[in-house]
Amino acid sequence: MDNRTRKLLGAIFVNGVLGLICLLWLIPTIGLLISSFRNRTDVQVSGWWTVLPHRAWVKTGEVEIPADADRNGVMTIGGATGTFEEFREGITAPDGRRLTWVGNRRLGRVEVQEQQWTANTNFTLENYESVLTGKEYEITLPDGSVQIQRGDDMGNAFLNSLIVAVPSTVIPILIAAFAAYGFAWMNFPGRRILFIIVVALLVVPLQIALVPILRDYVALDLNGTFLAVWLAHTGFGLPLATYLLYNYISQLPRDILESAFIDGASHFTIFMRLIIPLSVPALASFAIFQFLWVWNDYLVALIFVGAKPDVQVMTQRLAEIVGSRGSDWHLLTAGAFISMLLPLTVFFSLQRFFVRGLLAGSVKG
Amino acid sequence: MATARSSTPSALDWFTTGMGRLALALIVPLVTFIGLWQGFIFLRDSNAPKWFVAIVAIVWGVGGAALLYFVSNWLVEQLSPEWVRRLQPFLFVGPAMMILTWFLALPTLRTLYISLFNFDSTVFVGLENYFKVITDPNMLYVFRNNLLWMVFGTTFTVIFGLLVAVLADRSQFETIAKAIIFMPMAISFVGAGVIWNFIYEVKDRNSEQIGLLNAIWVALGNEPQAWTALIAPPFNSFFLIVIVIWLQTGYAMVLFSAAIKGIPGEVLEAARVDGANEWQIFFQIMIPQIMGTIITVTTTVIIFTLKIFDVVIVMTGGQFETSVIATEFYRQSFTNRDFGVAATIAIILFIAVVPVMIYNLRSFNEREAF
Repeated sequence: MDNRTRKLLGAIFVNGVLGLICLLWLIPTIGLLISSFRNRTDVQVSGWWTVLPHRAWVKTGEVEIPADADRNGVMTIGGATGTFEEFREGITAPDGRRLTWVGNRRLGRVEVQEQQWTANTNFTLENYESVLTGKEYEITLPDGSVQIQRGDDMGNAFLNSLIVAVPSTVIPILIAAFAAYGFAWMNFPGRRILFIIVVALLVVPLQIALVPILRDYVALDLNGTFLAVWLAHTGFGLPLATYLLYNYISQLPRDILESAFIDGASHFTIFMRLIIPLSVPALASFAIFQFLWVWNDYLVALIFVGAKPDVQVMTQRLAEIVGSRGSDWHLLTAGAFISMLLPLTVFFSLQRFFVRGLLAGSVKG
Repeated sequence: MATARSSTPSALDWFTTGMGRLALALIVPLVTFIGLWQGFIFLRDSNAPKWFVAIVAIVWGVGGAALLYFVSNWLVEQLSPEWVRRLQPFLFVGPAMMILTWFLALPTLRTLYISLFNFDSTVFVGLENYFKVITDPNMLYVFRNNLLWMVFGTTFTVIFGLLVAVLADRSQFETIAKAIIFMPMAISFVGAGVIWNFIYEVKDRNSEQIGLLNAIWVALGNEPQAWTALIAPPFNSFFLIVIVIWLQTGYAMVLFSAAIKGIPGEVLEAARVDGANEWQIFFQIMIPQIMGTIITVTTTVIIFTLKIFDVVIVMTGGQFETSVIATEFYRQSFTNRDFGVAATIAIILFIAVVPVMIYNLRSFNEREAF
């Protein structure tokens, strides 16, 4: 084997395995995306993959049930012979057509089906509409009756999520950056022990804090306010933020800071004018993680936001749709996809910073 | 600040005198405080349109935090240089330490305290809750599940993350592949629950299957299965663990990818020139080089999986013996209202994490030198 074939084989192997993993990772999301454009009935009676061309039994006609057929015994209809139970499962006649009994024993009819190429391409935007606007909409149930339901006002929850997520991302980063600078470049008594405490708290499970903090919030009448949720996310995100930012900020070249001190700059000025701009990649990369975690958080919201509908965030609304009416999958799909959009946008727009920023932090850390 | 503009005439000059500075030092924090308080009242009580509240809230929250730093720094810098030098570090580190103390350090101690009392914290019961929890047969499967989560969730997340990072590094489709693997990170656990319903959903054998796994399973001639529910425990937990592996691999991949890119190219080149094959390069050069990152990623993923909550709550609600420590804690404190037992469960979770913590502090002590 010469070098070129070996290289080619290597590339095929690498891309093949990578492609396979990517495909596995994509399938669930593709299912969600496709389902979100299908209507209520379709979502519940056929798999999302039926939108792809496939061979299936398609109805091509009906045959009369002979008046003298013995509905409790063996019947011969359209060339096939069997009992009612067998017909309901579908009997394949000698000519390749399939005969299926639809409906009950007394009033049913028999459909003739043939294997054909088909694709279930009945797409709709209705799910997104009803989830986003909370408008009332009519649905026709399979039995023909019409029911009026109110959609979910996901727009409101989206705004709430935004109100929760943006400060809950920026505030811990701000506080952690100050602390990281303090630990890295300032001399004060207790520096080492305080830093060890920060690292130790990195692994405290946040479940431990829920009950005590809830009591504090109730005592302070803070529960259900945005401030309460921001503070909670700040507290729970701080150890990791401080630790990662410390790793980055402490690695910045000492000369830059020294020359700034000689020019008479104070710590605060150096921090605002020098450290913050230099740390943008690290700040941005942690910002993405923290934003994703806060945006996708359910537990903290569940406990500190509570059940008040006007302050509920998206994950709560989604969980509620799951819990209260597990059958409304068509709404869930649209809701779940909407809740993904903003984090995906944030990820794609900051991806550049992301990899570069973590490079500096993680290699040392 | 007014004090800086010495050229401004008359009234403003007063602020540069001793009395004026003292007055300013009192007025500025007061005004800041009143302003922030008004913002809080507005956010709590206002009926303004939602988008307006959103803007005010974000500006108030983010701006308020920054403003507090500016104001307190300004206050500190009014003092003599000696005091500035002494106090400023605490201005930088203090807020973080205060919030950490309030939200994590004190709760740990308080949970420990509550765990020694009865369900509504009125009677001291000593270690009774701990015996109750440890001997409760229901808690046994909870601990077993958490162990499964930790071992399998962590192992596969780390392995897949490393595999993708290494492969993507050699592929011309690196960006798109990494984006695909990372995408589930953008999905909430609740959303992931919905997504995976389209994989795990079960219909009775006469209807068409709408869950992909059952569709394949039935097409192979088997009976449809309720994967997350009725499969014999603990095997149903594995179907939940798969979801979390799918969600978290992106996190591991990003960190590994960054670390791999940090390995100096010359090192790899030198090894290739010396005739090392790709396996040797991977195991003898890459792995040792990124060992620090492997430890970091493994630690954080262990902590994630030990704390796992959302996926279980959304997929099964902790029924069918899929409950884990966090869901059990939630059930005890918010459904059963037994705060003593709930606190005990939380403390046991904390104890489970202590070895990880000690290991990390040790490696921190090895790495960091002031």
